[in-house]
Amino acid sequence: MAEGFNKSHLLGIEELSAAEIKFILKTAEAMKEISFREIKKVPTLRGKTIITFFYEPSTRTRTSFEIAAKRLSADTINISASTSSLVKGESLLDTAKNLQAMQPDVLIIRHPHAGAPHFLAKHIEAAVINAGDGMHEHPTQALLDALSIIEKKGGIEGLEIAIIGDIAHSRVARSDILLFTKLGANVRIAGPLTLIPPYAEVLGSKVCECIEEALEGVDVVIALRVQRERLKQVLFPDLREYAIMFGLNRKRLSLTKKDAILMHPGPVNWGVELDPEIMNMDRTIILDQVTNGVAVRMAVLALVAG
Amino acid sequence: MKLLIKSGRVIDPSQNLDAILDVLIEDGVIKDIQGNIEAADAQKIDAQGKIVCPGLIDVHVHLREPGFEYKETIETGLRAAVAGGFTAVCCMANTNPVNDNQEVTRYLLKRAEEVGLARLYPIGAVSKGLKGEELAPIGELKEAGVVALSDDGQPIYDSGFLRRALEYAKYFGLPIISHAEDKKMARDGVMNEGRMSTLLGLPGIPAVAEEIMVFRDIKIAALTGGHIHIAHVSTAGSVELIREAKKKGIRITAETCPHYFSLTEEAVRDFNTNAKVSPPLRTDADIQAIKQGLKDGTIDLIATDHAPHHPLEKETTFEDAPSGLIGLETSLPISLKLVEEGVLTWPELIDKMSCKPAQIFGLKGGSLKPGTVADVTIIDPELTYQIDANSFFSKARNCPFNGWKVKGRAVITILGGEIVYQHGEIKPRTI
Repeated sequence: MAEGFNKSHLLGIEELSAAEIKFILKTAEAMKEISFREIKKVPTLRGKTIITFFYEPSTRTRTSFEIAAKRLSADTINISASTSSLVKGESLLDTAKNLQAMQPDVLIIRHPHAGAPHFLAKHIEAAVINAGDGMHEHPTQALLDALSIIEKKGGIEGLEIAIIGDIAHSRVARSDILLFTKLGANVRIAGPLTLIPPYAEVLGSKVCECIEEALEGVDVVIALRVQRERLKQVLFPDLREYAIMFGLNRKRLSLTKKDAILMHPGPVNWGVELDPEIMNMDRTIILDQVTNGVAVRMAVLALVAG
Repeated sequence: MKLLIKSGRVIDPSQNLDAILDVLIEDGVIKDIQGNIEAADAQKIDAQGKIVCPGLIDVHVHLREPGFEYKETIETGLRAAVAGGFTAVCCMANTNPVNDNQEVTRYLLKRAEEVGLARLYPIGAVSKGLKGEELAPIGELKEAGVVALSDDGQPIYDSGFLRRALEYAKYFGLPIISHAEDKKMARDGVMNEGRMSTLLGLPGIPAVAEEIMVFRDIKIAALTGGHIHIAHVSTAGSVELIREAKKKGIRITAETCPHYFSLTEEAVRDFNTNAKVSPPLRTDADIQAIKQGLKDGTIDLIATDHAPHHPLEKETTFEDAPSGLIGLETSLPISLKLVEEGVLTWPELIDKMSCKPAQIFGLKGGSLKPGTVADVTIIDPELTYQIDANSFFSKARNCPFNGWKVKGRAVITILGGEIVYQHGEIKPRTI
């Protein structure tokens, strides 16, 4: 365990102090350069075993973790729900015990249920990293968002940040709001009222009445993905109406500060939450976020397992 | 066989009694209550400093037998009951097979008789298989011994069905116990919808999911003149609706459970699956309203909704864990906090945990009037201890009160004049 961060797991942003968040981000800044070397590998986690255990489909997060682990010289094993014993009806507790019996050093888990990583952390000795639990948290996404903002804006404190879209079902939104407010930013949220959680103010953000109010004069805009499965839940009429009423386009983005940046956790539904006309706008930093994802995950892995 | 309980504080709200008295039990019934009874041939119990009251009655428990014996059995459930000071319990019909026919009812009664610890009063299903489609044979169930009807665990969704069921049950003098929950409003919710569900990212169930159905039940009770008993009231809005209905003279009674006046949604923090229960734990404002409802009589009685699960079933994510918590061995000490806080007096608490349950459901006991069956609980009001789920007589351990420091405990439980529980020891009656 490194100085400045003395947790054995990364379960959520909620558990972290501002100092711990800053320490992870500082470590990530140092890690970033490794990915741009000709030989993209350091021996930090040589001999360590890291399991990624994804109960939900994922391309970028799982790949990002795997690349991060490999660049630190760890051995990685990937398990997904369809290839695991879960399809044979094995319980999460048994799965955890069996994995633990193989002495992994880190278990990176994504699970459709909130609190699944917290449950595992109670039952196994390996460090547990939450790669997204239900609608609860996605701490490494919030950390990479923060790193991306800091790169462009020099810091987080005092910034006005708008998060637009499906806040209610978004673990990214929860972790983002918690992290940004811990570092002193003001966060506004807006979207169809069916997608704003009850008592949203407990997260520390201001609920705006409309998208325009949320965007007015902000430094950072984060658009959230519209999950198509929500269509079945009577939360909004259809994708066309969503794009028209809540989608971000040039006109709406003109309300922000001139140098505001646009972010998205991906994968983007172009033509729904984001108008394709802004795809190549130079204020859009969606791919920088992906690059920073590797750096942040290298930092987190090094801190919990190094 | 004579039993003489000496010098206890005898509290019996059924006859407005609260004084230091002796109680003489003979041939299984209360023989006499006087200031100083002499009976040389009686076994004596010194009850000085103790409370002596009619045996506690819990009208809402799940004993899981038949079908789910790995969670609880009639034997382990009744052991837990007497250890908690209960001399009678009413068991819900959601077993496998469901208690929707005489055979199951008779089986339950036979098993309880064999166990010989507490009285078991089966609750019959309202609908066959709890499906809410066809009426269970209500008359036959009554004949076999059920004391009420309920599809508990599931609401009766079809209002027209509930109306007919209530009309039909009225002929047989049976109340219908309603699990009030609008499933379409509750959707995939697993906890109260509120600040905590937003923080934890768990799908919530708003209070109105209960209140909509309480309102509907009241209207159907008014329409039919039938008796609806609202199970496990958990929200301030339900208390208000029931209060207004009672003012209008509608035949409605209600219960709440210890966890609804002692725990809030805060208990779910850290994804504590032992705090997952249906209806869900609510907020401080709801607790205050429920206490007020208990105080002013809107809520007639306290039941536990004792819902045992196997420990492994609760060892999973919050969303996957089954709902329910156990209460038989903690109901009394947790409810006694109401006395300590001045919400209820001792007699009011005994009334809600013994007299009212007996009166509303027409059960034996609930009184120490001479001639009544001698079901008696002796409570040490000063005994302080820490709740330890591992010491429970119940098979289950899903108790959110584990580790709580509490005061007051049943030390002797008497069924039909025989001591069935005394200071931690179970003593089944011989039949």
